[in-house]
Amino acid sequence: MVLQAKDVSFHYKESGPMILDRISFEVQEGERVGLRGKSGIGKTTLCRLMAGYEKPLSGQVLLDGRPVADYRGCCPVQMVWQHPEQAVNPRRRMHTVLDEGDRVSGRIVKELGIEEAWKTRFPAELSGGELQRFCIARALGESTRFLLADEISTMLDLITQSQIWNFLLEEAKRRNLGMVVVSHSDALLEHVCTRIVDI
Amino acid sequence: MRTWNRRKTMVFWTVFSLILLIAVAVAGSLCSEAARTTDFSRKNLMPCLQYPFGTDWMGRDMFARTLKGLSLSILIGTLAAVISACIALLLGIGAATLGKRADGLITWIIDLIMGIPHLLLLILICVAAGRGLKGVIIGVAFTHWTSLARLIRAEVLQLKESPYIRIAEKLGKSRWYIAKNHMMPHLVPQFVVGLVLMFPHAILHESSITFLGFGLTSEQPAIGIILAESMQYLVLGKWWLALFPGLALILVVVLFYLLGENLRRLIDPGSAHE
Repeated sequence: MVLQAKDVSFHYKESGPMILDRISFEVQEGERVGLRGKSGIGKTTLCRLMAGYEKPLSGQVLLDGRPVADYRGCCPVQMVWQHPEQAVNPRRRMHTVLDEGDRVSGRIVKELGIEEAWKTRFPAELSGGELQRFCIARALGESTRFLLADEISTMLDLITQSQIWNFLLEEAKRRNLGMVVVSHSDALLEHVCTRIVDI
Repeated sequence: MRTWNRRKTMVFWTVFSLILLIAVAVAGSLCSEAARTTDFSRKNLMPCLQYPFGTDWMGRDMFARTLKGLSLSILIGTLAAVISACIALLLGIGAATLGKRADGLITWIIDLIMGIPHLLLLILICVAAGRGLKGVIIGVAFTHWTSLARLIRAEVLQLKESPYIRIAEKLGKSRWYIAKNHMMPHLVPQFVVGLVLMFPHAILHESSITFLGFGLTSEQPAIGIILAESMQYLVLGKWWLALFPGLALILVVVLFYLLGENLRRLIDPGSAHE
């Protein structure tokens, strides 16, 4: 499988600035591409487009030649958001987050270090790192082929960061996942990615 | 008492006000006969042990009349508030989900109703609907839904764009699943609390239009009727005729308010650890 962005342009507001201007970008299966660039350059926006959360103004985002927004059911392209506390419903217990993913295997939950006791808590009762593990597990359901990681470890301590990235690297290799990694840390990108793109 | 935390106190007040309100409603409907009985041998009695609220110029027991009036008010308030809250829920969700045109129309209706003085519109609808119990309920129901509808519309609009709902969509969850599992936990507390806090409004408005003579007919011992009638006797020094029913009405309103406020804080996860 291949995930492509073809000449995509995008702005959020009619009057606002063009955030992406005819960007082309491609990720193959099994490839881990790092995205690097200054703040506000549109890295997150590109991820949102590639995951099908927004439709490009012009150009196309294609997964195996089909627009990614057209996929019904669980989308093979999943994105992990930068702020886990916004990505979970504050009024639902944490086990519902795992249930929502596409048959998330118990192995993933275990390897991410999610403890049984956390599952019955509300999001406000967990730390950012703990929440982010749930979000990653949710995105790694069975049908996921591409994972877009948008600054997923920025707010975590170093030990948690390395734990999560070691797991993700292994998982990506095991399942031959395609990945897009957005980060401001060059060291992380060089360690994780097979290719780095500057936008 | 020291082992009680604030949450337990809140539960206590909620249950307390609920029981008291139900007791008033039941007691009132049981003493409809006593509220109507006239006995000229005991007219114009000051409050005493046998007649705690005194008796009026026809020798009717004011305590029984007040209870009956309150239960009538609670009945009307409950019915009108429930209908009103349902209208609010439907229109609020409709405005947020049925597209721009529906939203524009519903927002316009809300602004229109909010723009007309409340009591005036209430009287208008009530009279048009044929006065009496039915007219009052329809009138109150159709004028009180606006602010709750606005609240629900805003909540749904905000929820629709929240990341966790966008993610659930991408995970292939159906609209029904999202509405039931993601939106309901946010909307139900708003709805329930909005409903309970609507009671006092409904009750006060029912009493005021009845007082003004546009609501219930005079053979029904509603609080509004009692107050309107006792106005003529107030100058004769019969202060108890208006004072106790008025106080009782305020008490019921305060109880409903207490119930709603405590319920809001109990449901809100933000205060779960108090």
